[in-house]
Amino acid sequence: MIKLVPRVENSTLMILLSPLLAMTLTALSAYLIFVYILVDIDVSSVFYTLFVEPLRDSYYFSELLVKAAPLMIIGLGLSIGFRAGIWNIGAEGQFVIGGIAGSAVGLYFYNVEAFWILPLMTIAGILGGMFYAGIAAFLRVKYQVNEILVTLMLTYVAVLFLSAMLQGPLRNPSGFNFPESRLFHDSALLPIIWEGTRLHIGLIVAIILSLIAWFGIKKHMFGMQIKISGSAPRAAKFAGFDDNKTVWYSLLISGGLAGLAGIFEAAGPAGQLTPGLPQFYGFTAIIVAFLARLHPVGVLFSALLIALSYVGGENVQIEYNLPSSITQIFQGMLLFYFLACDILIKYKVVLFKTKN
Amino acid sequence: MKYQLEVSNITKSYGDLKANDNVSLNIKSSSIHALLGENGAGKSTLVKIIYGSLAPDSGEMKWADDKYSPKSPFEARENGIAMVFQHFSLFESLTVEENIILGLDSVGLNENFSDEILKYSKQYGLDVNPQQVVGDLSVGARQRVEIIRCLIQNPKLLIMDEPTSVLTPQEVSDLFITLKRLAKDGCAILYISHKLEEVIEICSEATILRDGKLVQSCIPQDHSQKELAEMMIGKKLTELARKNITIGEDIFSINNLSKKSNDIYGVELKNVALKMKKGSIVGIAGVAGNGQDELMELLIGEVTSPAGTLDLNGKDIGHLNSHQRRQLSIFFVPEERLGHGAVPDMSLNENMLLSRPDETEMTKNGVIDWKKVGMHSKDVIEKFDVQTPSSNMLAKSLSGGNLQKFMVGRELIQNPELLIVAQPTWGVDAGSANNIHQALIALADQGSAILIISQDLDEILSLCEQIHVLSEGVLSEAVDMKKDGLEKISQLMVGGEKND
Repeated sequence: MIKLVPRVENSTLMILLSPLLAMTLTALSAYLIFVYILVDIDVSSVFYTLFVEPLRDSYYFSELLVKAAPLMIIGLGLSIGFRAGIWNIGAEGQFVIGGIAGSAVGLYFYNVEAFWILPLMTIAGILGGMFYAGIAAFLRVKYQVNEILVTLMLTYVAVLFLSAMLQGPLRNPSGFNFPESRLFHDSALLPIIWEGTRLHIGLIVAIILSLIAWFGIKKHMFGMQIKISGSAPRAAKFAGFDDNKTVWYSLLISGGLAGLAGIFEAAGPAGQLTPGLPQFYGFTAIIVAFLARLHPVGVLFSALLIALSYVGGENVQIEYNLPSSITQIFQGMLLFYFLACDILIKYKVVLFKTKN
Repeated sequence: MKYQLEVSNITKSYGDLKANDNVSLNIKSSSIHALLGENGAGKSTLVKIIYGSLAPDSGEMKWADDKYSPKSPFEARENGIAMVFQHFSLFESLTVEENIILGLDSVGLNENFSDEILKYSKQYGLDVNPQQVVGDLSVGARQRVEIIRCLIQNPKLLIMDEPTSVLTPQEVSDLFITLKRLAKDGCAILYISHKLEEVIEICSEATILRDGKLVQSCIPQDHSQKELAEMMIGKKLTELARKNITIGEDIFSINNLSKKSNDIYGVELKNVALKMKKGSIVGIAGVAGNGQDELMELLIGEVTSPAGTLDLNGKDIGHLNSHQRRQLSIFFVPEERLGHGAVPDMSLNENMLLSRPDETEMTKNGVIDWKKVGMHSKDVIEKFDVQTPSSNMLAKSLSGGNLQKFMVGRELIQNPELLIVAQPTWGVDAGSANNIHQALIALADQGSAILIISQDLDEILSLCEQIHVLSEGVLSEAVDMKKDGLEKISQLMVGGEKND
């Protein structure tokens, strides 16, 4: 028989080992699934296309970084909120509103060429996301409405709002009625940091933000406030923290960062506002945050891992005609195994014989 | 005389720690046998072994002369061992009858069991109403339900874990009558307690454990309380006495504080008023659930108070949060350790930061100076003798008594002008309690004021010069101990003043 026994101290070894174990189990399960569903295709070559090719080919690698950047930025914000026990699961909606707000600014100054346009768009994007998450904060603080429901529901509203905007005020006047905005001109586009690819400055911003967040969580009372509020609300009051402020901070930060990722996506790889702006980054970032155990620097790495599954998933879709849901299966399994393996940090497995 | 239970040479280790080291204990039938020891002395381990929830590494037990090695509590119950735990396991939304039936394997929920319950109720003076919902019962009544639940199984040995820690003096003497009757009817009782006075009163034998080892088995009446306590902690106890009572000028007052609780099950405070002077120790006695939690929340500043109700040195502090109050040199020790006064999943260092007045320089403009934090927590650990390998240990890994020493120390080290403390020695062993009491006295001798909210009447009586009683949200006037004494307090605790 197997029994789980609580450990006296958290196991440092398992903290390091559990992600690897989860990845191994994911790969193993994926292998079994492929063996079961694939006929006439060599499973190992699918694995190669999925996991190795994106790392070896410089184009695919740049695309991996392009996809990792928004996941990092959103994941950072979520990891801060989740620490406080504030469950913003509507980053997708805040991402879209941020994209719309920033793009609207860019399109408003369509005829102006100036250095300040991009910063202004960025600020608008952040404010857009903050406003959108702020609705949930307001309702939670004022009327005790559950923020999980509000943020999730508002995501659908945001996506519909995007399509309304693209069929109305933000539509390209000379675009044959396609629901797309004008292409942004150069001063509304993010600088490219790797010549010949779509990799933009967002990656650098993400790294800087992660260091700031790391400092805030490790070295500043803000981080303590978030952590204490999340794990012992009464102790937070005892320490003199205002729980309403914690709700506001958590949602405004995660919403603002999701909005930032949104405008970076529009002003980066997309170069315009299209109905295809939302790509589940907001939801996937939840996995990113948890894979990183809500650690602000860890988010950088888990975002890379998840981005790999995005790019690899697209590759097998193209090369082997496999459905795109492969990506989601991977992400789902990874989170599942990861949460399961984390049990081993606090518990150890003991085998014992049953006496009859 | 024959032994109901013989425990011989039991050893049980957890890693390097010997929780029980060659412990023996013999319980005669029809006797009340005390098991004494500090926290961590190995009492719970021994009881768990007797009750079948732990298996010993070595040693053996005999139950009425037969070999006895229970594999589970179920088997222990089958043999006739019953236990009343310190923390009750009753469903608050169910009636007394339903709760009792749920504890029995052989009776269905729809059977009428009231008569059976009433039979035991009468026989042993355990006053309960089978149809009452447990949620409405006082702590004492809940304990009576637990006891009946045990008695229905006709135990030969009843184990009681710290039974009086939550009872009023009247309830305690009722309980003792019950226990004596039970013993007379042939049931042996293993009575776990650290209240030596009680042990001397009702126990015919006592076994004392220290650091997992047997100190001795003795007849408690042959020893003084002080001797028993010293056997328990293995060193001399210091007498509690204030050297230097100089009552100074007014420092703090609560003025007609009324507040409805936000919680529907909370207690409404009505016109609470209290005056404190420098150098005084003021006690608020009362049974739990009479507004203590609500009052503490208001005093800490977790809930704000109306203007003019809390006054520190002429300054209105009702609107300040706890951090702002600490800047004015008021410090707090709440009753609940894990989750209120300390965050279980954070290290002691991190827990230092819950109470961080600016002058400690642990934080500057919000930036944490972890070096300073480490220094302060080391200071607390050393000065207050907190047993822990390092200040990086998680709060929840410390024993209750150790964490309490840490929490009290964290606040005392700031030299508060006013210290407000709830249940300072709740679940703390005699030695540590003695240390904490001394530290409080030393603080008051320096001229600080201390407000103690405690259910432990002995504690209040031995420390406080001014005693109030909180009952149903109403705070009594200070009791004149010389004139009215203990009887008056007892009466106030059960809300008896209304009948006067």
